[in-house]
Amino acid sequence: MSNPDSSETTARTTPGNFKSAVTGLSDRAIAWIFVAPTIFLLLAVNIFPLIWTIVLSFTNYRVNRPNRDVEWVGLKNYQRILTDNGTWETMQATAHFLIWTIVLQVLIGFALAYLINKKFKGNDLWTTIIVLPMMLSPAVVGTFWTFLYQPQIGLFNYLVTFFTGADPASFSMIGDKHLAPWSIIIADTWMWTPFVMLICLAGLRSIPDSIYEAAECDRASRWRQFWTITFPLVLPFLMLAVLFRGIENFKMFDLVVQLTGGGPGNTTTLTSIDLKREAFEKWRTGQSSAYAVVLFVTVFGLASIYVKALNKVKDR
Amino acid sequence: MNFSVTEPSVRTKWFAGITVVLYGLITIIPLLWIIATGFKTSEDAISYPPKVVFKPTLEGYVNLFTTRTRVNQDELEDLPPPETWYEQLVRDRGQVIASPSRYGERFLNSLIIGFGSTALCMVLGTAAAYAFSRFRLPLKDDLLFFILSTRMMPPIAVAIPIFLMFKNLGLSDTHLGMIMLYTAVNLSLSVWLLKGFIDEIPVEYEEAALIDGYTRFQAFYKVVLPQAATGIASTAIFCLIFAWNEYAFAVLLTSGNAQTAPPFIPTIIGVGGKDWPAVAAGATLFLVPVMVFTVLLRKHLLRGITFGAVRK
Repeated sequence: MSNPDSSETTARTTPGNFKSAVTGLSDRAIAWIFVAPTIFLLLAVNIFPLIWTIVLSFTNYRVNRPNRDVEWVGLKNYQRILTDNGTWETMQATAHFLIWTIVLQVLIGFALAYLINKKFKGNDLWTTIIVLPMMLSPAVVGTFWTFLYQPQIGLFNYLVTFFTGADPASFSMIGDKHLAPWSIIIADTWMWTPFVMLICLAGLRSIPDSIYEAAECDRASRWRQFWTITFPLVLPFLMLAVLFRGIENFKMFDLVVQLTGGGPGNTTTLTSIDLKREAFEKWRTGQSSAYAVVLFVTVFGLASIYVKALNKVKDR
Repeated sequence: MNFSVTEPSVRTKWFAGITVVLYGLITIIPLLWIIATGFKTSEDAISYPPKVVFKPTLEGYVNLFTTRTRVNQDELEDLPPPETWYEQLVRDRGQVIASPSRYGERFLNSLIIGFGSTALCMVLGTAAAYAFSRFRLPLKDDLLFFILSTRMMPPIAVAIPIFLMFKNLGLSDTHLGMIMLYTAVNLSLSVWLLKGFIDEIPVEYEEAALIDGYTRFQAFYKVVLPQAATGIASTAIFCLIFAWNEYAFAVLLTSGNAQTAPPFIPTIIGVGGKDWPAVAAGATLFLVPVMVFTVLLRKHLLRGITFGAVRK
């Protein structure tokens, strides 16, 4: 063999390495041929644009004025983004949305998983039904939720009226600045609670019966069993679900754009919607690039800290 | 009588069952409502109180696939008698069909881009996943994490340079551009999922094949691929669903030629105001295939949505 490294690699998986001599390709060459197209495409469509975004973020470039001289402006774009009141309003709206969707989805999702795990008749069928919304197109879901939320004629308003006796025309979920943030939270919770539920269910099902049997022998109460066995063992799963939901909802765009379009006022303008306005309506390319970098650093930073915490819980 | 201490009591089961069924109804009612609205007349769709029992009509579907103009009674009487049932339906409303709508095209675009990107994604993803699963590569863990991290970017954040890049390469608003973009977006999912599936295939099968005189390539497509077929199929369905559902890139990077259905459905309007039955019909046609796939996929669902992090 001409290549000592390749024979070492091959030795792990194949008894003799004479094969590669016959085909002319070492395992290492095959590995790179297999991986290269993927890496190349990701570099072209993800990393190259990311670098371009970072470069643009230091300029005053505008897509709609391609002939204007591009100037380096240093950190001015970042300064403007971080000191702009609008950005912080947007961040607050995003935080409100993030926190409430996660709290609701974790509580309802865990409760549902706990109940489904009681293995009543037909639990498979109902699990499948509950899971349906999360696979649907968020933009289309947003569109039909606007229909459900219509004042007077919408089914949601009708049902609220039916149970509370309020006047159906007296409130508009997406037109009212106090209710609009909740309208997106409700729709998102409807859509994504099953995600948390499925992950919790996997957690619950991974706990062997023998642990509960042992606890029963020790006369531990059901309450105590829950807090000392069920909860700690499901916690890593729950945290994983929160990580996924957190990242997804930080990026949230399609559902909310269709539901409220960011309004009324800026009450439901989440970061992605704000960014879209800056970049594709006001065409402030340089400044919105800086915004994009800030968002990416935020989500990446938060996610890394969280993953560290998650690994600690897992190892415990 | 059961003697297991871990088997829930009958009462617990009833309570759990009823609660879950109630939640299930909350889930399914909006979906059924939207499907039903597609078969309503526009009056029935916006009636108060909402109509649960109504006479079904295909008006919404006809309106979805056509654009119409309003004509007055005299002109209507001068027209030759309608040739088809759908023309009749439109005439009853005092309108005539002007042209087919763009929904058909948009739906077709969704199919082309969805299937195109899924096919490409599976070819690239399976190869990469196999290499990551079976070979020792330098910086393997870093590469895998890099692949995953591409998913954390908000689509809008990369949309600006992609918009510029596509413009320079002549890929804006083309099927090819969108197929490449969706392939790149889905690669992280397909590599991670498929690596999990291939990891589960015992390496001994390939070793046996290699001893029998197969080359690596032959071992890959004659031994590993058939074994991974279920995994590949379910991964493909996930990629297809994500490409099918994608909205942000589609709305920013396509306008006429390659626009898919999700940016189009919200823009459906009728003659004078929002045509809710047509919107509902469009949504139904778009969502029902996904619901069917979800039911078919239910065993692998969890694995797919967590990028293979949770296996069951």
